[in-house]
Amino acid sequence: MSQPTNQNRRAFLAEVTGVAAATVVAPGVFLQGVANAAPRDSAVTDDVRYGMLIDTTKCADGCSDCVSACDKENGLDLMEKPEGASDELWDMQRPRWIRQVKLRNNLTGRVTSLPMMCQHCEKPPCVDVCPTGASFRRADGIVMVDRHTCIGCRYCMMACPYNARSFIHENVQMKTTATPRGKGCVESCNLCVQRRDNGGTTTACQDACKHGAIVFGDLKDPNSAVSQAMAKYPTVQIRGDLNLNTGVRYTDV
Amino acid sequence: MKCKSGFSLLLVLCLGLFAGQGTVQAGEGVEGTARADKLDACVAPTATMRRSHFELIKHQRDVTVHQGIRKTDNSLAGCVDCHVRKDAQGKQVPVNAPGEFCAGCHEYAGASLDCFTCHATKPTGN
Repeated sequence: MSQPTNQNRRAFLAEVTGVAAATVVAPGVFLQGVANAAPRDSAVTDDVRYGMLIDTTKCADGCSDCVSACDKENGLDLMEKPEGASDELWDMQRPRWIRQVKLRNNLTGRVTSLPMMCQHCEKPPCVDVCPTGASFRRADGIVMVDRHTCIGCRYCMMACPYNARSFIHENVQMKTTATPRGKGCVESCNLCVQRRDNGGTTTACQDACKHGAIVFGDLKDPNSAVSQAMAKYPTVQIRGDLNLNTGVRYTDV
Repeated sequence: MKCKSGFSLLLVLCLGLFAGQGTVQAGEGVEGTARADKLDACVAPTATMRRSHFELIKHQRDVTVHQGIRKTDNSLAGCVDCHVRKDAQGKQVPVNAPGEFCAGCHEYAGASLDCFTCHATKPTGN
């Protein structure tokens, strides 16, 4: 290793995040990026598994840039409060693919902020309980909902240990071409699947995080920024006791 | 083409009934402003498209959602992109607005059109 040995973890993660941002201009990766820039013409395979690492020490309390970016990317911000609904109800029921969660250690008082979204489990409980097969895991590890077969029963919302899914209660007037969504279906983070299939290398939340707290990549590629960071530093799966092998991991939780 | 003008006539007659009910109060699409208007045929011969377009789209939706294949001639986004018309002001008119490409036939045939409960009715660029 040519890395200095006294490098602390925070500096390393900063560097890793920098690498993730720089891959676009690095010559080798750039070529690959161009090769993949066209829409996919072959089926996804399990040669890759997409995942994320979130460094909670960098995640700033009160910042919601990732949430806004997610809303914009997927058209969630185009939805308006239904007529007659109270602010309280709307706040409770409006679709959110990323939730801002604040944890407080009652013994020490230490507060941790983190974005909580679909954890893209290897063994997803939402898929287990879905009666129609609408909730499924793609070969590349993305857990998503096939809205064509979703009947809106919301079993998956009950089954998810992370409260990651939302239900659309009202007609959606405005939607984007890339993210079709409508009344009566459950939805959640799909790791910007439209970007995955069109050759993109980042997610909207990662691009938006000015603190560099989110590293996205292929967990099966030992050279990816996310794999390198995970190999070097302690990470946890939230509710690791459930043995779901989540694709989204956290540090310092 | 005779058939199409028949639809138009019927729709003109029906427009009075539908006025005010549509979700989007845009102007009416102008004939010839869609990309498809300038082409001889769609991705398959016209007769096939009229009879079986839903089979193409239905097959494609499963392939796209489950296998991530987006490079295709048969995507619904492609249909909308090509068939969306513009009104007199140059603004795109949703394909499911009364009398527009999708709704025109579906209303006439009495076949419900569920695609646009979720899918965008005009290209949004992303």
